[in-house]
Formats: sequence, C-alpha cells, structure tokens
Amino acid sequence: MDNQQAAGCARPTASAAATKSEESVETDQPNVTAKEMSMVHVGEKAPDFEAPGYQKGAFLENVKLSDYAGKWVVLCFYPGDFTFV
Amino acid sequence: MFTHKVWNDAELSKMVEGGVPFPMLSDVGGDIGRLYGVFNEGAKVENRGRFIIDPDGVIQGYEVLTPPVGRNVNESLRQIQAFQLVRDTKGAEATPSGWRPGKKTLKPGIDLVGKVWEEWKVSEADD
Repeated sequence: MDNQQAAGCARPTASAAATKSEESVETDQPNVTAKEMSMVHVGEKAPDFEAPGYQKGAFLENVKLSDYAGKWVVLCFYPGDFTFV
Repeated sequence: MFTHKVWNDAELSKMVEGGVPFPMLSDVGGDIGRLYGVFNEGAKVENRGRFIIDPDGVIQGYEVLTPPVGRNVNESLRQIQAFQLVRDTKGAEATPSGWRPGKKTLKPGIDLVGKVWEEWKVSEADD
C-alpha cells in the first residue's frame, strides 16, 4: 500500500465513504438525539468507508474497503486494543 | 492508531511472527461501527462484529458478539471456504450443515427435493 503517513499528532478520523442517509431521531429522553443505527444485511453490498490505520510499522491513511474489491475480505470490529479477538 | 501500534509491537508480535499482517483501522467515534450496526451505544465501544465480504463487495455472512466472548477464527475460515466453493460452482453446489473442505456438498435442484435425508446424514453435522 502506498498511502503511508508519517507519524504525527493530527488524528484523522474515519468516515463513511459513500453518502448514507443518516437521520437524527428523537429518543425518549428530551433534548437528546441519537443517530439511527441499523444492521447491514447479508446479500447486500457492504457500505464503503475509509479510515486511517496501522500495518507493519507504518501508519496508513484512507484505507478504503473498496481498495479490496476483487478480494475476499474479513472485516472485524473489536471493543479495544489489548483485548482479544 | 497509536495504540494499534503499541498493541501490535508490544503484544501481538509476540503471538504472530512479524506482527499483524493486515491493516488495523481506527474508528474513533464509532462511525463505521454504526454504519454496520455493531456499535454498542451504552458502552461506547464496538461489539465483536465479523463480516465476510465477497469479491463483489457483497456481505455473505456476519457474526456479532458482545465484548466478553471471543470469536472462532476456524469457523470464520470454514465459512469463507464454503462461500468460495459456492461461488466457484456458480451456485450449482451448496454446503450443508457441518460441511468443511473434503466433505460432501449438495446439488440444489428439483431432484434433491425430499431427498436430503438420503444425501446427507445427521452425523455429518459433527466435525
């Protein structure tokens, strides 16, 4: 991957690559809004996203799911570093 | 990202020679987790979600566990092998319960209707 990034203090954040309709919905509590969250579905296209990352000694910027088109991908989420898989 | 590096260098590289070979991404704020439906809003962490995505970018399967219980990597690999077989045969073959490479597949179609009990035995569900 050629999108290596020098280590720095700037903290890039992840984002959805494709525009997705993210509605804000009112919750039971007044004056509190939460983003609506729904599960993706099998048989449907995985939403694209981009995020900064780390791999083998180098920081990466803008790793996109769509970079892996044509390959099988396992996408794993975990609660925090220093936990388990 | 910085803690990814520290975790990889200090601990994971002791488990896997050379360290983690794939990108460890940062989802500060949980936007990607919300996009996939695995963000735990109460604890403000990601649940243990695992998605199998095929070469066309289509989600073929997923598993989501709450944080205290870990996943089974071998089961994920088994599922990928099964999805690859289905894809390679263009859907002519399917993998029944307990299938793993080398075990019998089924050929869905009119001839199989009502005959699965002849083609597949319950004992084959076991490893």
